[in-house]
Amino acid sequence: MPLVEVRNVSKIYHLGGEEIRALDDVSLDIEAGEFISIIGPSGSGKSTLMHILGCLDSPSRGTIQLDGVMIHNAAPGQLAAIRNRKIGFVFQFFNLLPKLNVLQNVELPMVYGGVRARERRERAMAALRLVGLDNRARHRPSQLSGGQQQRAAIARALVNEPKIIFADEPTGNLDSHTGEAILDLFRRLSAEGRTIALVTHDPEIAAVTPRKIEIRDGKIAGSVDEKLAGLDRK
Amino acid sequence: MNLWNAIVIGFKEIGAHKFRSLLTMLGIILGVASLVSMAALVKGMENGLRDALIEIGGLEKVRIEEGDIPASQQHLADQAVGITLDDLEALKSGAAGIELLSPEIRLRSIMLTRGANSYSPWLFIGTWPNALEMNKHEIAHGRMFNDVDNEEARAVCVIGTATRDALFGAPREIGREIIPVGERIFVNGQPVTIIGLFKHYESEAERKTRELENARTAESPTGPARSRGYGSRGPPGSFVYMLKNATVYMPLNTVQSRFRTVSAANPIPDRRLYVINAKIRGVERLEETLQQVRNILLHTHKGIEDFTFRTQEDWAEQITVAIRNARLSGGVIAAISLLVGGIGIMNIMLASINERIREIGIRKAVGATGASVFAQVLVESSVIAIVGGLAGLLVSRWFVNLLALVSPTGNTPILSAQAMAVAFLFSIVVGIVAGLFPAIKAARLDPIRALRYD
Repeated sequence: MPLVEVRNVSKIYHLGGEEIRALDDVSLDIEAGEFISIIGPSGSGKSTLMHILGCLDSPSRGTIQLDGVMIHNAAPGQLAAIRNRKIGFVFQFFNLLPKLNVLQNVELPMVYGGVRARERRERAMAALRLVGLDNRARHRPSQLSGGQQQRAAIARALVNEPKIIFADEPTGNLDSHTGEAILDLFRRLSAEGRTIALVTHDPEIAAVTPRKIEIRDGKIAGSVDEKLAGLDRK
Repeated sequence: MNLWNAIVIGFKEIGAHKFRSLLTMLGIILGVASLVSMAALVKGMENGLRDALIEIGGLEKVRIEEGDIPASQQHLADQAVGITLDDLEALKSGAAGIELLSPEIRLRSIMLTRGANSYSPWLFIGTWPNALEMNKHEIAHGRMFNDVDNEEARAVCVIGTATRDALFGAPREIGREIIPVGERIFVNGQPVTIIGLFKHYESEAERKTRELENARTAESPTGPARSRGYGSRGPPGSFVYMLKNATVYMPLNTVQSRFRTVSAANPIPDRRLYVINAKIRGVERLEETLQQVRNILLHTHKGIEDFTFRTQEDWAEQITVAIRNARLSGGVIAAISLLVGGIGIMNIMLASINERIREIGIRKAVGATGASVFAQVLVESSVIAIVGGLAGLLVSRWFVNLLALVSPTGNTPILSAQAMAVAFLFSIVVGIVAGLFPAIKAARLDPIRALRYD
């Protein structure tokens, strides 16, 4: 069974009586340990797809199974718990809390997960070591460079050992050199067996990942997921 | 997210916006302080009024006075004898519910003179020695007249400080206190020896004012000496004390034989009394005892009901009503200021949530549930209210002193732990209620929109 199984998912918004299909009958699978990119121009629906897969949003139609749990009709409280334990997010604008230091930011998911303070500290430090930021643990986000902030955000995404990490334009706000380093980090994390989905509009970045899912106008481009269609099995 | 974390975050938020939090708390601080000090003021007023009630003899004291004869007995009016010493004897032997009895003859148009000074006391009363106990008088110097003085109708009297001040000079004016025991004065031209001086009666507030004035250096009076007219010196309750200071007691027999003869040609004393003061054995037996007294008096008065009873119940009731009103109006004002404080908290919480929409989005993205966001906001507003409430309790001590200086009631405010507890609880409730709406708003934020918000 794949880690993520999306079947016939649609997301429909109603704007002034007009029906907007942000996602239109999308089906796809993501296997555990995969490193994929979801690519598409802005407004294509890739962010909507990521939000739905990341349990930040619910689909209008269709079914989603994540790690053996059906999430398309889960209650907000359950979604929050799933986000907490099974999903890590990395955002374009880092989204660290400015009033907390790096360590506290990384601890945040564990605070909501009910982890004890001592274990929180140890695990957060381990995650920071993993991204090479353990010497900046007591700094405020504003005292770090963009690349360092993004590493901190990645550490935060990793710290609860999620089943899958969603990275939404993780290099969008970084210069190309730093962006490269962040992508390297993702590559390394993938090599260690983590499931990672990069969401981007940039084909160059998508080129990093072995598998690409292209979204256009709310549909998977060509309306076929290569893998679902069995085309990747040569 | 446990409660402790939420509290820590609440304190951090307050620390991050010190000035804003202080302004927000100010509403709660003032609300709590005004609630506590209002309660203290009312309590002080209550005590002042109760003291005054005790000064005039307490609830146990009943005055038996001459009264209007009922219409059905009008044809017997010429046989009505009024209240006499016979009634007193009858009550003494017959009314078991009465603990103490003292007769009173009150004379009007009495002029006391000594040298060039003259004074007309408010109460010039012929009575028995036990009037001292009945009317809660205390002798400061000399002695009260005794039964022998009364039996022999000696020309002696006991005066209050107001009489002393008028005839001998007030300590404030002449700088020393004169104790006129043994001095001779003239009462309507007849020589009388002063054998005792009551203590100076004053309310708590008057005592404080006097001490304050004593502490000050004497100011030179402006312009020629003048009377400033009646009244308005001191709070309303002080009337009781003024009256007591302007009292002169003389033995009943002396008054009867020397000042109450029917005429110079016919020197038979008028046997009628002005009033009989009775102290009953317990307020709870008031009705019963009054009925008993009425039965006895109807007997001695040949069935004519030419007497009435006057108790202090009315006064006590007035006190209760006055206190209730003061409590209510003060409570309402204080509650409104607490409410305003609560609205201030709500306002700030709403502003702070708008400021932190993105933060809430991030927290939700990493797994905060609506409930934990709700709890966080609620704890923050509660922390503001609790800290504000505690500060308010501290401020209230100082506030009460300030109010005591400027308040019109003049009775020392009394801080009560109960009022403080109520005010503090109230501030917590206000904090929670004020936090509810912002907390619900924050909990309902859509994480995606919150994350995109700039």
